[in-house]
Amino acid sequence: MPLVSVVLGLVLGAVLIAVQGHSVTSAYGALVLGGAGDADALLRTLQKATPLVFGGLAVAFAFKAGLFNIGGQGQLLVGAAFAAGVGFGLEGLPLVVHLPLALLVGAAAGAAWGAIAGVLKATSGAHEVIVTIMLNFVAGNLTDWLAANPWQDRSGSNIIARTPLVQPSAEIPTWGWLPAGFVLAALVAFACWFVLERTTYGFEVRSVGANRHAAHYAGISVGWIMASTMAVAGLLAGLGGAIESLGVDGRFEAGVNVGLGFEGITIALLARTNPIAVIPAGLLVGLMEAGAAKMQFESGVAPEIIDVIQALILLFVAAPLIVRWLLRLRDRPDAPDRRLTLGAGWGR
Amino acid sequence: MAAAAETVVSQAEPEVLLAGHGITKRFGSVVANDDVSVELRPGRILALLGENGAGKSTLVNVLFGLHRPDAGQVVIADENVELSSPHDAIARGVGMVHQHFQLVPPMSVVRNIVLGAEPRKLGMIDVAQARRRVMELADRFGLHVDPDAAVEDLPVGAQQRVEILKALYRDARVLIADEPTAVLTPQETDHLLGVLRGLTDQGVGIVFITHKLREVMAAADDIVVLREGRVVGTTTPAQTSEAALAELMVGRAVDLHGDRFESGATGVGSAVSTAAAPSDEEPTAEAGERPVVLDIAGLCTDDDRGQRAVDELSLAVSAGEIVGVAGVEGNGQRELVEAITGLRHATAGTVSISDRDASGARPRQVTVIGVGHIPEDRAKHGLIGSYSVADNSVLNRYFRRPFAAGGMLRRDRIDSHARDVVATFDVRTPDVDSPADSLSGGNKQKLIVGREFSDDIDLLIAAQPTRGIDIGAIEFIWRRIRERRDEGTAVLLVSAELDEVLALSDRVAVMYEGRIVATVDPRTATREEIGLLMAGAAPGAASPAADG
Repeated sequence: MPLVSVVLGLVLGAVLIAVQGHSVTSAYGALVLGGAGDADALLRTLQKATPLVFGGLAVAFAFKAGLFNIGGQGQLLVGAAFAAGVGFGLEGLPLVVHLPLALLVGAAAGAAWGAIAGVLKATSGAHEVIVTIMLNFVAGNLTDWLAANPWQDRSGSNIIARTPLVQPSAEIPTWGWLPAGFVLAALVAFACWFVLERTTYGFEVRSVGANRHAAHYAGISVGWIMASTMAVAGLLAGLGGAIESLGVDGRFEAGVNVGLGFEGITIALLARTNPIAVIPAGLLVGLMEAGAAKMQFESGVAPEIIDVIQALILLFVAAPLIVRWLLRLRDRPDAPDRRLTLGAGWGR
Repeated sequence: MAAAAETVVSQAEPEVLLAGHGITKRFGSVVANDDVSVELRPGRILALLGENGAGKSTLVNVLFGLHRPDAGQVVIADENVELSSPHDAIARGVGMVHQHFQLVPPMSVVRNIVLGAEPRKLGMIDVAQARRRVMELADRFGLHVDPDAAVEDLPVGAQQRVEILKALYRDARVLIADEPTAVLTPQETDHLLGVLRGLTDQGVGIVFITHKLREVMAAADDIVVLREGRVVGTTTPAQTSEAALAELMVGRAVDLHGDRFESGATGVGSAVSTAAAPSDEEPTAEAGERPVVLDIAGLCTDDDRGQRAVDELSLAVSAGEIVGVAGVEGNGQRELVEAITGLRHATAGTVSISDRDASGARPRQVTVIGVGHIPEDRAKHGLIGSYSVADNSVLNRYFRRPFAAGGMLRRDRIDSHARDVVATFDVRTPDVDSPADSLSGGNKQKLIVGREFSDDIDLLIAAQPTRGIDIGAIEFIWRRIRERRDEGTAVLLVSAELDEVLALSDRVAVMYEGRIVATVDPRTATREEIGLLMAGAAPGAASPAADG
């Protein structure tokens, strides 16, 4: 079904491009070339895909426990800012110490940010959607302030709210067209799958998500699982932010990462919350974003069409009935497909 | 077409309200219905009787347009019809009362009934007219409900009346009721059967799915018995008996009364009771010498609304005895079980299990002490429907060896354990990877019982262990519980079915308003005496308590 949604989104996107009088083949051709045509294009795609994969995992993992994590944005921001802080602030450390430390601090900051929502949910029932949305604003303002005040780059005549460049010992390497950050993202995606499917902790997380009452009966501490799951989700988003600072931007700059965390919701939906499917979902969206500039340059299509196509894909994933209607598929009650219900987090 | 036939029956009255002729329905390699034919005539109640998995639900789902038959013909009001969805069936006057109510809990009764077919005025719902029509219907059919009450505030029996009204509001001439009594108390059941009879007096035909023989004998006009997807008998209450029906359903003679009662009283044929009967002499006296496993003293707990539900209750269960808690539902039985098993916080009192203090223990600790718990609500607490049979077979023991080591699940051990449970407890499932939701109710329950019995337990707490399941499974589960008792496990049985309590228990504790008001010996006490105690009559009025 997600594949069908992608195709439908691209077909409708093609219609929109044609209606504007542009050539569909040259637009989509440029899009693919811009995203995967050469080593540079591939590098761009993989760099774009990395925070998308982490953001997608942050949503997908929480969803397994029945929690809707809208806070990927805030968790990513604190991860990015604190990783950059460690990255430029500490000097004289070897790479094998400095880089892992910076990543760890970014991940921990994200985890703490996620845990706030989880602990509040577990102890007081405060709804995680509301709390994480509010925490996004807090994180945005906090990191803006950090970048504009204590951690601002004072060199030369810089007046931009950004940190200095991180030390070379905290930079994430890139091997040709392959950024190490993406490798890490893919490994973490597999690790998430392993934890969820093969460990007792994952069994507990999925139990809480599938039937909270039965989980309680089974002796699982529902509160602990909700709190810890949100912390893990925050950790994943925070790691994505850290890699963004240490591997792509080289620093943290206020306003640069805005929106990245929200795209995780799209990715998680497209992957139907399967951690491994998050990788291709992130790659697909990453490729479209990486190729958009070349598409505009070569065929004149406004890059915003990418946002429209993404929105269409998301719509089709979230509303399978529309797809059935479009394709005139008969709804077979004998074999109902497993619908993804994102409402599970509400009203509990 | 019926229009061609000039019948003597009153003008628009069809001869056959609803029928299936030669219905065959397969799911993959499973034949759920095999050349099944049934026929419902106006003013009659047709009981579809069969074990879970016999194909009753499949058949009515075909008749209601939820499934398309692979072969055969559906007839509604003398017309051959092709149903592509339930809307087609509803439009032709077929209504269905599902086992799980299809209601919107916060909405009022009236709004629930008219939902999707609202009378309109100027584009708005004409609430006054809706209310009037609902009241008319309720009066005409004797279905009394408060039209303005929110559905979530109504008891289950009243919610069911709302479901029936919903069908009647859509001009149903046929009402299909899927296990309508499974969720009802005995009093509500009697009321419902009266209501159904009232409907038939007005020409409505009713298809009534059940596996409770007593109800079939009391209420049905025609009986069709299904087994393994086929019709194995078509009869009427006058021509048959409970015992004969039970035999038809299960395919062999069954013993519903076990080793406690002489079978002569019920006339059930060659009984195949298997549990090695314990020496029946003085079981209560013996129990006194056995160690006390569960000791509850002065236990208090509140219900969900914060009202005192269990009130300074004291009760002891010894090794090798079954203590049955009898009582009208809602007298604190659920809260009692939840307080013992750690699902509910006790406000006062102590619980000790195997000489260990289990007051305020969490569910995990209670499990580890050695307690098996068959929960009252198997869908809510007992199983995770989307999980496989294998995962459910270790639902509350997944963290222990051999199912896990070092925080890792050991799939091979879990799967082989699940295969053991499935084989030993006769859980009918294609394989252990199938989701639990795909099992029938009786098989779900056998899975839970199998899980709880597969561990080394000293105490079994069985809450409504056979609710809503078929006779074959009931017999099976009863036998297992007795075997466990004979092996020395202490059993606390809580059941709303007095028959079940009487059939299994060595002692019966009668619960009323959160207290044990009397403990009686089931061999000497009569149903009437226990019934009086359950209704709150002073214990002195009943036979002297045989306290253990």
